[in-house]
Amino acid sequence: MRNPLSKKIVTIQPSGIRKFFDIVSEMPDAISLGVGEPDFDTPWHVREEGIHSLEMGRTFYTSNAGLKELKEEISKYLERRYHTVYNPTDEIMVTVGGSEAIDIAMRAMLDPGDEVLIPQPSYVSYLPCAILANGVPVIIELKAENEFRLTVEQLEQAITDKTKLLVLPFPNNPTGAVMERADLEAIAEVVIKHDLFVLSDEIYSELTYLEEHVSIASLPGMWERTITINGFSKSYAMTGWRLGYACGPKEIIKQMLKIHQFAIMCAPTTSQYAAVEALKNGDEDVARMREEYNGRRRYLLHRFKEMGLECFEPFGAFYMFPCIKEFGMTSDEFATKLLKDQKVAVVPGTAFGDCGEGFIRISYAYSLSNLKEALGRIECFITKLREKK
Amino acid sequence: MREKILTFIEKNSRIDLAELAVILGVEEVDVANELEAMEQERIICGYPTLIDWDKAGIEKVSALIEVRATPQREMGFDKVAERIARYPEVNAVYLISGGFDFLVSLEGKTLREVSQFVSEKLSTIDTVLSTKTNFILKKYKDHGTVMAAPTKDERIMMA
Repeated sequence: MRNPLSKKIVTIQPSGIRKFFDIVSEMPDAISLGVGEPDFDTPWHVREEGIHSLEMGRTFYTSNAGLKELKEEISKYLERRYHTVYNPTDEIMVTVGGSEAIDIAMRAMLDPGDEVLIPQPSYVSYLPCAILANGVPVIIELKAENEFRLTVEQLEQAITDKTKLLVLPFPNNPTGAVMERADLEAIAEVVIKHDLFVLSDEIYSELTYLEEHVSIASLPGMWERTITINGFSKSYAMTGWRLGYACGPKEIIKQMLKIHQFAIMCAPTTSQYAAVEALKNGDEDVARMREEYNGRRRYLLHRFKEMGLECFEPFGAFYMFPCIKEFGMTSDEFATKLLKDQKVAVVPGTAFGDCGEGFIRISYAYSLSNLKEALGRIECFITKLREKK
Repeated sequence: MREKILTFIEKNSRIDLAELAVILGVEEVDVANELEAMEQERIICGYPTLIDWDKAGIEKVSALIEVRATPQREMGFDKVAERIARYPEVNAVYLISGGFDFLVSLEGKTLREVSQFVSEKLSTIDTVLSTKTNFILKKYKDHGTVMAAPTKDERIMMA
């Protein structure tokens, strides 16, 4: 029999995040700090709207790009929050989570051999999506000394005459890093100079703790060369509803929509009705959750300082990315031993790229009491490691 | 800052001051001062504990009593309310809109004790016109907290 598989797909590694989960699920008393989704339930009024839509029998496909009402609400929201203007008719499309948007944007924009700049550590799907779209991923290794922001120097160094697309994953999973206005202005200048496009994944845009998030598409000259991705998972605690969106110039959205049309048809109808309610009446929920994450963030930072564990202060998302290099172990060894000895699950930084070596990702999408217990165990763990040295 | 402190301790009044200061991103001494000021101003009126007595195996009977009363000249309902509130059996007294005037929350050891209180003490107040006793059969949620055991974290390490 012939080999049934594509050569391309077999070279792609499965996600490194899941590996630990399989061990954790075997340990009933293990505490996890590993998940990448909110611990809050979707606000009740949003769920109720989903239920209502089911009761009303709204169980049919929506148009490919999504419900008109939802696209209009997204348009209003983006203008209100990030001062970017998108026509709901042909510059916004609703997707199955931000993940689908990443995939189809790359497929719509890349030709074989086009280079895609991917800053790492970052979310696990940019690299495989670039490969699946026949692009050539080029990794930019973000540095702790720059608080894991992308610098102009690093960007300039990575650009070749084949570079087409820059992925901007901020606020960042796993580091919690943000890019402020001045950082983005400098990046925008280089992008325009080299005639590049930007895929800006802003799924954590509502979770910033320093200043309001800045959308790179709002900077002069950037709207026409940016596809912005956002969604409902992190801001409204709606991960399981699988709902995101992409917006950008209609020439690009039109082509993305073709892929979506043939591969997906449309995003889940129930989720779309619920999302309308989230955008209309969800601001307070978002603010409440942000405030709560922020308290936990301050608490963790304080505890790391007490333990003498090196960690830059992250201002976005719900992750901390402390450095564990002093213990002379790889991230993988550290995480495995921590799980075995103290039954705390974290994700090794290397799951998000090789340059995550020497770091671990700690999620604070957990209750304070949960975090307290876990941090106590981590403290115990590192104290023992230091004693041994 | 007051609102932040209050919002937090409303759900968890047992938190250590230093920790609360870290979480709110302010100085410990400021939190302590604000708390003391709010206690003095009676903004913070107490730090009670939310108990599931059923689970503790200790029998308690609670009831919500609807009370109709005659308002008094110059005093309105305040005097009646103060009188009702004085009884230690009474947990809460609210003046409410609708078909009756007060909602009184009561707690006793037995059904008999509660009904005795209503018939002998509450109903006999001369400005009280009538009472209707609603015994609480089961508490599902109290003070914003669902009494049942917290649900298990079913999240998977995915993203």
